[in-house]
Amino acid sequence: MSYELVFDVKRGDFDKAGEASRKIKHTLQQLGVSNRIIRKISIAGYEGEMNLAIHSLGGKIILAVGENKLTLTIEDVGPGIPDIKLAMTEGFSTAGDEVRSMGFGAGMGLTNMVKNADAFEITSEINEGTKIVMNFIIQ
Amino acid sequence: MEKLLHSVYLDEEKCLGCTTCLRNCPTGAIRVRGGKATIIESKCIDCGECIRICPHKAKLAKTDPLSKINDYKYKVAIPAPTIIGQFKTKHSIDRILSAIKSLGFDEVVEVAYGAEVVGRALKYEFHAKHYPKPLISSACPAVVKLIQVRFPELTKNICRLTSPMALTARLVRKRLREQTNIKNSDVGIFFITPCAAKATMVNNPSSTEDDMYANIDGAIAIKDVYNDISSFLNDGTKANSYYNSTPGAFSWALSGGESDYLKNKNVLHVDGIQNVINVLDEIECGKLDTIEFFEGLACIGGCVGGCLTVENNYVAKMYIQERAKNAKQTSILHMSEEYVKEVYNSGMMHIKERIVPRPAEPLDQDINKAIAKMQEIEVLESHLPGLDCGSCGAPGCRALAEDIVTGKAREIDCVFVLKDRVLELSKLSNELLQLGHPTGKTSE
Repeated sequence: MSYELVFDVKRGDFDKAGEASRKIKHTLQQLGVSNRIIRKISIAGYEGEMNLAIHSLGGKIILAVGENKLTLTIEDVGPGIPDIKLAMTEGFSTAGDEVRSMGFGAGMGLTNMVKNADAFEITSEINEGTKIVMNFIIQ
Repeated sequence: MEKLLHSVYLDEEKCLGCTTCLRNCPTGAIRVRGGKATIIESKCIDCGECIRICPHKAKLAKTDPLSKINDYKYKVAIPAPTIIGQFKTKHSIDRILSAIKSLGFDEVVEVAYGAEVVGRALKYEFHAKHYPKPLISSACPAVVKLIQVRFPELTKNICRLTSPMALTARLVRKRLREQTNIKNSDVGIFFITPCAAKATMVNNPSSTEDDMYANIDGAIAIKDVYNDISSFLNDGTKANSYYNSTPGAFSWALSGGESDYLKNKNVLHVDGIQNVINVLDEIECGKLDTIEFFEGLACIGGCVGGCLTVENNYVAKMYIQERAKNAKQTSILHMSEEYVKEVYNSGMMHIKERIVPRPAEPLDQDINKAIAKMQEIEVLESHLPGLDCGSCGAPGCRALAEDIVTGKAREIDCVFVLKDRVLELSKLSNELLQLGHPTGKTSE
């Protein structure tokens, strides 16, 4: 049995910031996933949601629930990441002052995702977009 | 007949089944069934929103009548700090406390006294190594329950210091045991409470506390004794000096009062249950990682906004602030740091039992079955109007869909679905009428 939830995130949509992660959290609670895993996926999902709002031209967050694992895919249309290795460095951020003044852009986004996911994969094409796939093992 | 529902009584005669409480419950814990409001106990956090909002005053908190104090030989009142915000500042704190004593008590001890000890001990607890940050205040029992139910992963962050109320009761019993011959069982300690959640805590302590010296024997609502206190305030008798707290201590009645005890820390204090939920959401997803201490209070303004108070919460806040300003020039309690440390190290101010997560039941224990039910819910939801009108007795269309799938409601509980069904039925009966009698005979 599998189950999928899809959320659209628009560029600059800070009003709705965190809505996808909140819904993901609620859904996983109803499906009986453990609190520890829900917390990890909430943190990773929230970082993904923010990345879409800040850096991309818009994208999707897709949660797929399988019997033994959860997959969170964060996919966008946007500028792409020229140097993934650099982007993955703790503290590195290309976010502008405006975004930073809102408390984002500390350069922890990707790092937090890697820390919380059991598997993390990132692919990016310049001027096309970025795709992140994270897996979380249930149980 | 009144029926006990969690911390809240429903006066069934007054309840019209109007759905006001249903739509304002922050945890979706209310359903209207058979024309009366009912509470899903596992979801209720005792915040008192329904008591406050019910237009028919059909929801009442379970508190004790003043007459209950007569069950005890030695009666002690421990009023919440909120009490001094209920009266104009022309009445001194001593006068208010004297008036409370006149209700029939042998002794009055401010909960603000316990608040001073807990507040000053907070810095020691803050540095205890076992807490993930932010440390979360345990002062508001409704917020603690909210975290258990809705933010289970944050239960580890909840401060394990007991409430000022509980500490005050313990200190009173300890003193009476050590300095008098009064038997512990003859001592009745009564909390004068601003809110339902504290009353529930007194009546059903979540703890399995075997420590009989921690016992509080009853909770009396501020609004139930307000009139009597007022008349004693104006009767001109001399006030005795019972006042023994600090502005910092009685400011626990206000949002941020507790946080003020943590100097030089990044603190965040939030009041109003919906605001608390929003901020906890942000804490849970890791956004507020610079916050070191979080104080969340369910009522607007803090305890002064409690549903069992009388004075408007903003006015009460002004009175308390005025008193704080004036008190700075006069009396400040001299409580030595050694004393605070001694109480802290004695263990009497720590919550002994674990604060366990109590997340909502999943749709099914088996994830495959849960997924199937989730899909069923989504299909059902898509057939509902999406107006969240509450007429079905559930707080919204999604909640109705969930109730249907878990066998607690039917699709035709939705008036719009019902209307469609009636329309179909009338079309069918119309068709049948056109066809005439199947046997060819008429009904004549």
